[in-house]
Amino acid sequence: MARKPEPKQKNIGTTGHEWDGITELDTPMPRWWLWTFYLTIIWGIIYMILYPAIPLVKGATPGLLGYSSRGAVAEDIAAVSAKNAPLDAKIVSLDLAAIGSDPEVGTYANNGGAAVFRTFCIQCHGSGAEGAVGFPNLLDDDWLWGGDIESIYTTIKHGIRSEDDDDTRLSDMPAFGDDYLSDEEIASVAQYVLSLSGRATDETLVEDGSVVFADNCAACHGDDGKGLREMGAPNLTDSIWLYGGDLATVIETITYSRRGVMPAWSVDNKLSEAQIRQVAVYVHELGGGE
Amino acid sequence: MWNGIKVIVLGLVVLGAAMAANFGKDLAYQVSAVIVAAAAAWWFVYSIGQMGDKRKPAETGYMDGVVRAGVIATVLWGVVGFSVGVWIAFALAFPEINYSDIFGPYLNFGRLRPLHTSAVIFAFGGNALIATSFYVVQRTTAARLFGGGLAWFVFWGYQLFIVLAATGYILGSTQSREYAEPEWFVDIWLTIVWVAYLVVFLGTIFKRKEPHIYVANWFYLAFIVTIAMLHVINNMAVPVSFLGSKSYSLFAGVQDALTQWWYGHNAVGFFLTAGFLGMMYYFVPKQANRPVYSYKLSIIHFWALIFLYIWAGPHHLHYTALPDWAQTLGMVMSVILWMPSWGGMINGLMTLSGAWDKLRTDPILRMMAVSIGFYGMSTFEGPMMAIKAVNSLSHYTDWTIGHVHSGALGWNGMITFGALYFLTPRLWNRAGLYSTKLVSWHFWLATIGIVLYASAMWVSGIMEGLMWREVDAQGFLVNSFADTVAAKFPMYVVRGTGGLMYLTGAVIMAYNLRMTMLGRGAAVSRTAVPAE
Repeated sequence: MARKPEPKQKNIGTTGHEWDGITELDTPMPRWWLWTFYLTIIWGIIYMILYPAIPLVKGATPGLLGYSSRGAVAEDIAAVSAKNAPLDAKIVSLDLAAIGSDPEVGTYANNGGAAVFRTFCIQCHGSGAEGAVGFPNLLDDDWLWGGDIESIYTTIKHGIRSEDDDDTRLSDMPAFGDDYLSDEEIASVAQYVLSLSGRATDETLVEDGSVVFADNCAACHGDDGKGLREMGAPNLTDSIWLYGGDLATVIETITYSRRGVMPAWSVDNKLSEAQIRQVAVYVHELGGGE
Repeated sequence: MWNGIKVIVLGLVVLGAAMAANFGKDLAYQVSAVIVAAAAAWWFVYSIGQMGDKRKPAETGYMDGVVRAGVIATVLWGVVGFSVGVWIAFALAFPEINYSDIFGPYLNFGRLRPLHTSAVIFAFGGNALIATSFYVVQRTTAARLFGGGLAWFVFWGYQLFIVLAATGYILGSTQSREYAEPEWFVDIWLTIVWVAYLVVFLGTIFKRKEPHIYVANWFYLAFIVTIAMLHVINNMAVPVSFLGSKSYSLFAGVQDALTQWWYGHNAVGFFLTAGFLGMMYYFVPKQANRPVYSYKLSIIHFWALIFLYIWAGPHHLHYTALPDWAQTLGMVMSVILWMPSWGGMINGLMTLSGAWDKLRTDPILRMMAVSIGFYGMSTFEGPMMAIKAVNSLSHYTDWTIGHVHSGALGWNGMITFGALYFLTPRLWNRAGLYSTKLVSWHFWLATIGIVLYASAMWVSGIMEGLMWREVDAQGFLVNSFADTVAAKFPMYVVRGTGGLMYLTGAVIMAYNLRMTMLGRGAAVSRTAVPAE
């Protein structure tokens, strides 16, 4: 590389200027460079004729191809929708419980549900549906509102404590710290709740607590504390806790109540009927479905 | 008389800044006010000390003190900026090192990231550009810098801008405009400093003793003028209160986005390309001791570059709310920009013809050659990524990060290191560098570091882009965003390692230059300097 241009350059003079010892050769521009430059300009002009390019008073030149990026996306989406329309129609018409076992629609519903889940659900329920504090784990068999596919479908469709949907799931545990129970009563009932899973730290309060529980809590959580799905009242005897099962957290829950919310996904067509059914199938098959 | 007015004004500034610190509505503003008050107070005391002196005789010869200060600032800010970069690179792999339970929000990625980008672009790159432009314009015009102490005002004013910007980021003050994060009062200050810079540079050109203006100065001047325009327009904003840091942009929606990327891309074009080409056009022929390859090429590629770069911003907004026609123009101009960019590479590399053998023995020249190589590579990659079909894969992925860093670490970093190694012995009047062997170490650490960095980001970016667009037979997305983040972990570790090597090289350079300044080793002082 070094040898070839050397003899050529000997014939090329400098421009005659000099700055701080630097001179400049009068070498012509490399031809390949110039021609590539011209080619890119020609290509640019052609491209600008074919595609929207020059802004005018009202809108821009549309280009000979009539391309628009919005139009292109709309076409892509329409193509996929048209292709999947029969499957979507079938999902909507089938009985919910039958979707999963249908070989053709079942796979489609599961894949579609997974895509919906990854887009809209993982923000709260986690990318593996493992949940987080205040957001239920969807992999286990502990369900607040029921784990059969109909119940899951209803929960997704109408949400929990959603202000946008009159049919939303609503459970209304009082904040017992507001005038209902004294601090002592809360402390004792908390011990009783812990005792249900054999974890009471102060056995002397459990006896009092059981009375408080029977008067205030059993209506929803059941006499045995195993919860009641119609009320959305959780089972208190197992080791699964939505907000935490340590004494301080249980006291906090009793004192202030908890009001987790989930959007009603059918409102404003956030998800289509077919999508809601897909994601219901997907969640149902995650592992804990009944 | 003039000194009296200056002292009075400075006294008023101290007072005003102290009041602003007292009445300021947010912490970032108050801290900025305290910094301004301290800087003005220092200048006030310094000016009073000077007042007693009888008029000093006018200094003659080149004004190199400010260039020496610039060299030191470049090295220091470089090490700071690279360190923050390495830190946040590892924070992406291991987010726990935010230590938010100990330090609160102050070390969050969102605050350190602009600290890193501003430190390397504006503090390291900016100081390098100011220092080398002051050096080069004096040598190539054979004139002393215009404006007396104004050059020192530019230097210290610019450092003040950096400190205000950096403390603001840490305290959570930002305009949320990429590479233009500092809030309104910092922007106003930078405008003042930048106009002073333009006056010094242009004044020196006007009083030149050479008949022609050297090509390096065209590039430096284009950089200074265009950055002034970009900075002023992109930062037009209305402050909520003159006693608070928050402001709102004058533009809204997609117009705001386009203004921002018109600025953002030309910050790359004029700060990191035109300015550094100015650097290349002086230091490469000097170090190689060869004439510039082609005068014609330099004219054509200069004007083509200046004309085309300003159009390229919309390629940052492909497939957004930006109208299609603007996307088309951004893409077309970016592709046409390819050859004008390569004109600089050809002129740089071909200037080495007849001096290729020196690459074996001279690690400084090797650094410059590699730098031009990376320049050529990223100015090919840039137009390619501006093509909409490519951009639909590369946009928002790590590929962009890889592209930026092969340009920043390879081109801007390496040409600056070369210039610093060239300048230090000459400015401190030493026979040579403390150690050429350490330059070799720096060269290899930096080069391998860049290769690790860029290849990790290419792999990670392309993988990420492919994962995002992957759909199954029925058109459903296969991966969630979190899946792509998890998949990038190994590449993030490799990237951090590459960055660490690059930082290590810079620390070695800092040591080598320090030893050279102190006159250790081979860097014995030259007595009786012959004019070069």
